[in-house]
Amino acid sequence: MKKNKSVILSVPYILWMLVFTLIPLGVVGYYALTDPDTGAFTWSNMAQLGTYLPVFGRSIGYSVISAFLCLLLGYPVAYYIAHRGPVAQKLLYMLVMLPMCMSFLLRTLAWVGLLQDTGIINTLLESVGLARVSLIRTPGAVILGMVYNYLPYMILPLYAIIVKIDGRLIEAAEDLGCKPSQTFTKVVLPLSMPGIVSGVTMVFVPAVSTFYISQKLGGTEMLIGDVIERMFKQGNNANLGAALSLLLMLLVFVCTGIMNKLTDADGEDRVVV
Amino acid sequence: MKKTNRIFTAAIFVFLYVPMLVLIVGSFNEGKSLARFDGFTFDQYAELFRDSDLLRLLGNSVLISVIASAAATVFGTVAAVGISSLRPKMRRVVMQLTDIPMTNPDIVTGISLSLLFVFVGTKMLGQRDSLTFWTLLTAHITFNLPYVILNVMPKLKQMDRSLTDAAMDLGCTPVQSFFKVTLHEIMPGVVAGAIMSFTMSLDDFVISYFVSGMDFVTLPVEIYSYTKKPIPPKIYAMFTLLFLLILVLMVTMNLLQLRSDKKKEQVRR
Amino acid sequence: MSKELIRLQNLTMEFDGECILDSINLYINDHEFLTLLGPSGCGKTTTLRIIGGFLTPTDGTVMFDGKCINDVPPYERQINTVFQRYALFPHLNVFDNIAFGLRVAKLPKEQINERVNRMLEIVSLKGYGHRRISSLSGGQQQRVAIARALVNEPKVLLLDEPLGALDLRLRKDMQNELKRIQQTTGITFVYVTHDQEEALSMSDTVVVMDKGRIQQIGKPEDIYNEPKNAFVADFIGESNILDGVMLEDFKVKFFGRVFDCVDKGFEPNELVDVVIRPEDIDIVEPKQGHLVGKVTNITFKGLNYDIIVEFKGFKWLIQTTDYCAEGSTIGIRLNPEDIHIMKKSEYSGMFGDYSSYSAEYDELAEDVADEEE
Repeated sequence: MKKNKSVILSVPYILWMLVFTLIPLGVVGYYALTDPDTGAFTWSNMAQLGTYLPVFGRSIGYSVISAFLCLLLGYPVAYYIAHRGPVAQKLLYMLVMLPMCMSFLLRTLAWVGLLQDTGIINTLLESVGLARVSLIRTPGAVILGMVYNYLPYMILPLYAIIVKIDGRLIEAAEDLGCKPSQTFTKVVLPLSMPGIVSGVTMVFVPAVSTFYISQKLGGTEMLIGDVIERMFKQGNNANLGAALSLLLMLLVFVCTGIMNKLTDADGEDRVVV
Repeated sequence: MKKTNRIFTAAIFVFLYVPMLVLIVGSFNEGKSLARFDGFTFDQYAELFRDSDLLRLLGNSVLISVIASAAATVFGTVAAVGISSLRPKMRRVVMQLTDIPMTNPDIVTGISLSLLFVFVGTKMLGQRDSLTFWTLLTAHITFNLPYVILNVMPKLKQMDRSLTDAAMDLGCTPVQSFFKVTLHEIMPGVVAGAIMSFTMSLDDFVISYFVSGMDFVTLPVEIYSYTKKPIPPKIYAMFTLLFLLILVLMVTMNLLQLRSDKKKEQVRR
Repeated sequence: MSKELIRLQNLTMEFDGECILDSINLYINDHEFLTLLGPSGCGKTTTLRIIGGFLTPTDGTVMFDGKCINDVPPYERQINTVFQRYALFPHLNVFDNIAFGLRVAKLPKEQINERVNRMLEIVSLKGYGHRRISSLSGGQQQRVAIARALVNEPKVLLLDEPLGALDLRLRKDMQNELKRIQQTTGITFVYVTHDQEEALSMSDTVVVMDKGRIQQIGKPEDIYNEPKNAFVADFIGESNILDGVMLEDFKVKFFGRVFDCVDKGFEPNELVDVVIRPEDIDIVEPKQGHLVGKVTNITFKGLNYDIIVEFKGFKWLIQTTDYCAEGSTIGIRLNPEDIHIMKKSEYSGMFGDYSSYSAEYDELAEDVADEEE
């Protein structure tokens, strides 16, 4: 096509993104490969990563479970919203979005109030004559916190995809002899795949790297986010923290890469919420 | 089937809203605990408005969100126009660059920026405090930009290219045709991008936590620092007010949109 | 006589190594209605966009009023365009759309009002000024697009398949309307279409294009009656095209028989393409015919019948008002002026054989052409 002069408008942006996203990652790499005291090149930070593999494993396990639960809980909700009238759709969409706009720190604190040993749930249990149960500081509580916080990130992309599925396709499937359950598994579900991938990614990434949820709701077992946060804010071992961050980033890129391969989603057509 | 789905959906909404209800109830509580209701009072609200420190922090959050989202919106919209006229191969590379802050965990983005600022500040410029208002603002603009780009790009793609040709045909310079035609066409995307970046900035904790210094702290970072001590209930009062504010904003926006949709439909008839 | 306004010299256009325009040479006179006609992908829209300034040619020059305007941007050219799908601004109403160019030029308000209102009258949209674009029908949008371009009083109006999106009836009306507007305003029209009927009925000059090259330039009658090669003969109307040998001036031999014709200037015994228009063929009793053939197919077309007749294994299309039963044997006579001789070209042998004729063929071809560019 014609040489377009507006191309130069993208130059400042490209420079900005290079300086503030790509170069910082390079700096992380630099820290990961240098000694905290001498500043000399070293592999020792990288060598220590092995000891943190159980933490990584735990983080991945928790987030995979959370993402799966979010999908299980979120899909029927997204499906329900997508099949309401236009006004109800807007209203329900707004209700899903609203919690995302509120401070997630405070909403997580509310769960502390609900779950703690003297909390609301235990008080209710007691008042009906049941024994208290220990809810907080368990893996279950952490997963609950993740599901609660990131469920909207699952529902919105699912909704965005389901609402676009052409009703005539469902009629066509029925016309060709599909039972409702077959229509769902053979038509609706495959067509929802981009939304599922997008939703799972959007739950998994923040869940695997969280530190607040596990600090407030979890027990003594740390997640990778906790470890990294401590390295930077308390442990003063930024170099080891940088090495851990690199590994975390690598992990996330591999996971999202695999997810995107599943739908070969084009970067430009991604669902944005 | 439909009925169970309705009940299920209702249950999920209860799940989503109960914790917020707990906080709202807590704001009217005489006691300090979320778990026990000791009696109704408006005291927490009075406390909130007497606490100039807390209001200043809220002001900080709003200030950084307004500046960062405005800057990102202008910068990002201009950039989107440039990106959309790049060759497909180059465009894909730039979109991948745009994707980095979107797919990277916030903690990695925060740490990488903080390390960059510290590295440049202390090692290259010899500053003692390298994390300032400006580093915070830069970080916010950086993570807001992709939201603007990803909202504006599809609108540019959808736009009939011959509209800008028509504007130039009728005497507009490229700059004039952008303001007179293109901007109108992509406006919904620009607005969506602006709103999204504003809320992202306002609610951001993780990135701000790593890149803000002592001189300028936002509200979420301050709330996090309450981890050690019990939270003063006036925070719940602030939460309740913000909840109401956002609720009202969302409802008005939806009503406005519904009305304009209806108008469009009438025109079509 | 009118003077030359636009001249295209050796205009060449390449996209990614693919040649779209191959050394186009063309001049356009002032006050002329010139049509670029050809199938999709022939380069006609590219030519138009180069004249409009939206594309810069790889090679060659565009002269306007004697000056090279290759590097003049579209907004500084005294040329306006009616775009393929109108490209009306959806955020502006009818009046503001038409006033757009005048406002950019910062004309005084009263003058804008006056000119826009006069234009609304010319395109029969008086009283529609405040209407939204989305509330208009296709034909009305078309008129707004024309008004928006003409109100600037350009020297040249470029029209890119302006009637392509309209239904047949509306198209005919708009053809007359456009011709009337062109005659009253005296503005030079450069019109792009793939519809040969449209081109023939509206234009002063038709430029037939294919594969990025000009195949023929001429008045509509000349293009129809004296096509230069098999492509033009086939693209403009229906043609039976046969191999023949030009024995000498005014004598051509085909199907083993020598016919009188009106063409001359070929080498003795030169191989040529012979064109016979289906409506020029007279049907006679078999014994009186120059050629005798068998009817293999007959289709009722309203005004006439299309019949396919087989002569010695070669199928001809004949248009006649007389019914001929399928399977019957008929004779045909060819008058000298019904036979048109063309030099052999790269298109020889590609067109003019109705062996695979079917009544739907033309419609299919047109659908394909509609999905242009």
